[in-house]
Amino acid sequence: MERVEFRLSGSGGQGLITGGIILAEAAIIDGLNAVQSQSYGPEARGGASKSEVIIDKAEIDYPKVNKCDVLLSLTQVSCDKYLKDLRSGGILIIDESIELPERQDIKVYRVPIINIAVTKLNKPMVANIVALGIINVITNIVSNESLEKAVLTRVPKGTEDLNKAALTEGFKLLD
Amino acid sequence: MTVRLMQGNEACVEGALKAGMKFYAGYPITPSTEIAEISALELPKVGGKFIQMEDEIGGMATIIGASVAGLKSMTATSGPGFSLKQENIGYAIIAEIPCVIVNVQRVGPSTGLPTSPAQGDIMQARWGTHGDHSIIALYPNSVKEIYEITVRAFNLAEKYRTPVILLLDEIIGHMREKIDIDDNSKIEIIDRKKPSCPPEKYLAYAVREGEIVPSMASFGEGYRYHITGLVHKETGFPTGNENVAEELVNRLTSKIENNVDDIVTYDEYLLEDADIAIVAFGATSRSAKKAINDLRAEGYKVGMFRPITIWPSPEKQLLELSKNVKRIIVVEMNSGQYFLEVDRIAGKNTLVEKYGKINGDIIKPEEIEAIVKEGHNA
Amino acid sequence: MPSQLVNDYFRQENLPHIWCSGCGNGIVTRAIVKAIDSLGLKKDDVCVVSGIGCSSRASGYLDFNTIHTTHGRALAFATGIKLANPKLNVIVISGDGDASAIGGNHLIHASRRNIDITTIVYNNNIYGMTGGQYSPTTPCGDKATTAPYGNLDNTFDLCDLVKGAGATYIARSTIYSPNMIQKQVENGIKNKGFSLIETITSCPTYYGRKNKKGDAVQMLTYLRDHSINTVAYNKLSDEEREGKIVVGEFHNSPKPEFTQLYDELIKSMAKED
Repeated sequence: MERVEFRLSGSGGQGLITGGIILAEAAIIDGLNAVQSQSYGPEARGGASKSEVIIDKAEIDYPKVNKCDVLLSLTQVSCDKYLKDLRSGGILIIDESIELPERQDIKVYRVPIINIAVTKLNKPMVANIVALGIINVITNIVSNESLEKAVLTRVPKGTEDLNKAALTEGFKLLD
Repeated sequence: MTVRLMQGNEACVEGALKAGMKFYAGYPITPSTEIAEISALELPKVGGKFIQMEDEIGGMATIIGASVAGLKSMTATSGPGFSLKQENIGYAIIAEIPCVIVNVQRVGPSTGLPTSPAQGDIMQARWGTHGDHSIIALYPNSVKEIYEITVRAFNLAEKYRTPVILLLDEIIGHMREKIDIDDNSKIEIIDRKKPSCPPEKYLAYAVREGEIVPSMASFGEGYRYHITGLVHKETGFPTGNENVAEELVNRLTSKIENNVDDIVTYDEYLLEDADIAIVAFGATSRSAKKAINDLRAEGYKVGMFRPITIWPSPEKQLLELSKNVKRIIVVEMNSGQYFLEVDRIAGKNTLVEKYGKINGDIIKPEEIEAIVKEGHNA
Repeated sequence: MPSQLVNDYFRQENLPHIWCSGCGNGIVTRAIVKAIDSLGLKKDDVCVVSGIGCSSRASGYLDFNTIHTTHGRALAFATGIKLANPKLNVIVISGDGDASAIGGNHLIHASRRNIDITTIVYNNNIYGMTGGQYSPTTPCGDKATTAPYGNLDNTFDLCDLVKGAGATYIARSTIYSPNMIQKQVENGIKNKGFSLIETITSCPTYYGRKNKKGDAVQMLTYLRDHSINTVAYNKLSDEEREGKIVVGEFHNSPKPEFTQLYDELIKSMAKED
């Protein structure tokens, strides 16, 4: 497996930092290397916020994402801001509320991530976990079992079932 | 064996606790706050104490006080707070009080860019406090190494009775990475030497035959003695005697300078056949490693020397390196601070160049590749 | 032939002290030692922390665990010592400049925390060590080397200041009444919390000479003639209050102490395991 760079973007409060941590942790459970980092300070509150994950079988030297392979965007603002950093041939996963971009050199998945969280799970805050499910279906970067294990260790106590359900919805989103 | 995903700042606290930290005092400052927050959470669980002081100066003074009372103590800060702590760092140097100061660097001067990385406190770590002195400063480049080097910072502080500065990048402090800290039974823990003589024979600042530093009693153990920031005699009491002054300052400096072989650690990467060497530390060394791998694939004979102990500098190793390579490029997120030290050591034997960046952005591997190629073609 | 008290509690090898003749610092230091003696504290259990300035040199003369720290920071060092080892009786000796100018922030916050430290401020209304500059307690209009035309600043009332900040024992005395100083230090040490004792002392060399206050004896006489207790002071008119030094115990109201609270926290965490 070669180095894969993820950028999870949206607005502050959408749980994307937790999402990044979970993805990185799942990779580690699978015996891979992972580095997770995020934007800090005023940038992290509202506006476009981002969490970055690098996963590689080999040791990770350079710890930052320059041109990502996979970009998740849950808001129009974050998509507009970070789309230019998605490499040619990369994968864009966007919420259905976001306009389809004009780039022809990337693969785009436009899916109802937030809608599923709101209507099926009654909790908009689990959109991040739904997103992790769909990311893994598309990229197959970690095992579903490890991802679920990582979700369960990182979410608040008492919300395990809800988050498990959110992940399952994410897994089914392309069906 | 349990492998965990851990943040750099968290690894710093884990390392400190492993080393036996029982006291933390500090003041909140980005990007170091997690170190205070996790210390506040963990210390009472192990019978340790945490206190948030009213200012940075107080944080430094308080850890010195706690160390005098016998507890291994740490504070963490960033550039602006590091500036404020300097007077009391000097106090810990002259009074020989073990303690650890973590500086998670940010862009300066002044408030600068509070959440952006820089490596701009290299010279402040060396010369930040006034007067002649030596200092130990360590610079890890990964989450795992933060853990190990924090333990080492405490060990060196205890062994040499001196403040030890741990320089972190915001990049490494804030990122999460794989670490295995359960497999740490082999880690050596050093505690300060206590006096074995009866209290009436105790000379608080006398170095016994075969020892590096005076043995240190804690306040309250029955060894009543005096500590001062003034130049002092072996008794600990102040004096204006010029011979004593010179002897004391020389002893404080030489206890570090005479033991560089014990204190200095470094890492070398693909230097055996290299004719170009990059000198880099912290996050920059990770960019450099990537650049070197790419350049090697193109046939460039390039390697890296990475000081882990920044101060005292690995002088012997850098001198040796200067005899074996045609070029040394010092790459750092400042405008050439460590370059001055490398050039001083290596400049007489080889070409020493610098590449710096001061805008809050990490130095990317492509930039290092370009600088190597540029000089090569010239 | 030194007195028994000097024999028992002072480091003979460091005497004579550096204070000028006529300086009141010796009176205060002796009163502190008498208080420690009268309370029967073990010397090994007493820690004296001082800052920088004339009065702060006292720590070097006293046979306890002593530490002479940096300017203004005695209370921060003391906070670390006390929190690390709550069994120690921690006493801070500080001057007016050390405690209320450069160290003012620590004074406020040590009071707020109610940490069990007894602070004695030797207030001589001047920076003596540096040669007579005005301090936060130099009266308005008085002269100093840096106030050659008279001090324009207002003064701190240190007792009012720490009361507002949360100190639990507060008192003031002058070197004319060493027994009062001793009693207040005793009560301050007995208080499980932050205690401040402000002692008005005299500096004939700088403050006295600059302001034509006369010699040491005249300055002592001045303290005698201008000291007044709170009850008597409250009966005076505003004009009569002018220039008076109110002495006595102003506040003695215990509340939970910081290091005790922290020890309870540690105990409660151990129980949870």
